[in-house]
Amino acid sequence: MTTMWRLLATPEGAIGLALLVCVALVALFAPVLSPGDPLRIAGRALTTPFSDAAFPLGTDRLGRDVLAGLIHGARASLAVGLAAAAAALAMGLCVGLAAGFAGGLLDEALMRVVDAFQIVPGFLLALAFVSVVGPSVPVVVLAIALGAWADPARLTRAQVLSVRERDYVAAAQVAGMHPVEIAVREILPNVLPPVLALSAIIVAAAILTEAALSFLGLGDPNVVTWGSMIAEGRNVLRSSPWLSIFPGIALVVTVVGVYLLGEGLTRVLSGRRAAA
Amino acid sequence: MNRALRLIARRALASIPVLLIVVVLTFLLLETAAGDAVDAYLLSIGGGDASVAQSLRAAYGLDQSMSARLWVYLSSLARLDLGWSVAFDRPVRDLIVERLPNTLLLMGSATALSFGLGSALGILAGARPGSFRDRALSTVSLVLYAIPSFWLGLVLSIVFAVQLRWLPTSGIETIASGRTGLARAVDIAVHLALPVGTLALIYMALFLRVMRAGMAEVWGMDFVLFARSKGLSRMRIVLRHVARNALLPLVTMLGLQAAAMLGGSVVIESIFAIPGFGRLAQEAVSGRDTALLTGIIVTSAVLVIAVNLLVDIVYALLDPRVGATERGA
Repeated sequence: MTTMWRLLATPEGAIGLALLVCVALVALFAPVLSPGDPLRIAGRALTTPFSDAAFPLGTDRLGRDVLAGLIHGARASLAVGLAAAAAALAMGLCVGLAAGFAGGLLDEALMRVVDAFQIVPGFLLALAFVSVVGPSVPVVVLAIALGAWADPARLTRAQVLSVRERDYVAAAQVAGMHPVEIAVREILPNVLPPVLALSAIIVAAAILTEAALSFLGLGDPNVVTWGSMIAEGRNVLRSSPWLSIFPGIALVVTVVGVYLLGEGLTRVLSGRRAAA
Repeated sequence: MNRALRLIARRALASIPVLLIVVVLTFLLLETAAGDAVDAYLLSIGGGDASVAQSLRAAYGLDQSMSARLWVYLSSLARLDLGWSVAFDRPVRDLIVERLPNTLLLMGSATALSFGLGSALGILAGARPGSFRDRALSTVSLVLYAIPSFWLGLVLSIVFAVQLRWLPTSGIETIASGRTGLARAVDIAVHLALPVGTLALIYMALFLRVMRAGMAEVWGMDFVLFARSKGLSRMRIVLRHVARNALLPLVTMLGLQAAAMLGGSVVIESIFAIPGFGRLAQEAVSGRDTALLTGIIVTSAVLVIAVNLLVDIVYALLDPRVGATERGA
């Protein structure tokens, strides 16, 4: 709880948390705030924003409510971003722990695979993966995670290498602890903090990658996302630019929130480490 | 120089097995796709009977077993042959060689611009960490870095191409204008202004942040304290002592960003209709062209390795400590 208060005491942490809580509340209560399918045709096509009280942000080419799309799009962005980042962190932690703890040939082999994933552009990989398996939410999550797990894996391994020579690990070995138990109970808790510090950047990148994929038409066609709304608005960019502008603002606000929260967390954690 | 060369040779050798992993994994991933290029081709021409599909598959070698095709692919790759694109009915290598210069021009200009501007603004921000100027620049760069490139591209083209009509919305040059020499170069520059500007703004934010963070760290070091105690002017300390030492992480960033930039070229080239490498990747996806997509991924991996080798060389030239302890092997 003290970490939370200290986070709120930093301006970055407070603003970032406020922004994200807003977006998360909108995402959670989307069915209440805007009941019904956001993809249904709700009114006249291309209503100008702020002209009709029923559609405060206007409607798109097919007469779909833009505000409803924004509200429901928050769900897709946050859910996919968080799930992809969690998957990437989990994969990275497992591979990094295995490589750093096992050492030798396995370490060498795993790190070459990590190298391979680091030199292939993550977005190209995600593009190829979605096009092969077909666009659906779980596939998009996995595709984004595939391009993002290499960095946490490398960082985890480096941490493990620095931690595993410490005395308490040797003590656990002498006490006859199983290597897997040592890895999970002694090493993992000491490896986690710097890797978690990386998580804000990974979440932000995942949200942006999801938006780019659905902008290119490679998202789940049955789910409304901010990226697909921008793509849809692009068809009438000259006459109705707001259709593309609104969802983009929502994306920027969310990603700024994630970055600020990450900076606040880093500051709080590094401050505590300096104090200790 | 010898020291740098040894380092480069070692790194280049070490990247061969990594490249092999990339090729095999990409091949396996794309082989599991339901439906191949022949299916996509038949669909695009309105269908065909089974015998046509079979003869097409035999002609492109798609009827053989996966391991046999992987072997054929690897051995032709060794001869720098990337296979045949069914969607374009042309060799993959020719397509990539044709499209790559546009992307390299786009990325090169954006990188140069953002590196220059970003490090200059980063020095301004890092000259007095915590000052108003520092906070303003840091906030602006944070917001800029949170903007999706494709959306920034659309917004800039609404403003500068649709509303103000200063710049063209798309393409890399005026089609069939017959321009040559300088007139053509100017034409291309005008067309690339928006996409380069979009990418440069976003990457500038990144370089600014790295430069600023690096400078904030250097300020606390003993040699800076020494320089101050000698009574050197603040300007001289900022430029000669702090900024100079904060420049190295920026060079590292260049190498790390190479892969992300190539990936980002897909959306930016799609927005501005630039016939480049990224757009080719999108066309390969929509045409289900496995050979082309594999070729694109392998080429991008080679490019990233090459950029990182280049960064290593620059690093070794800038920092005499790098590779000084490397032995001959």
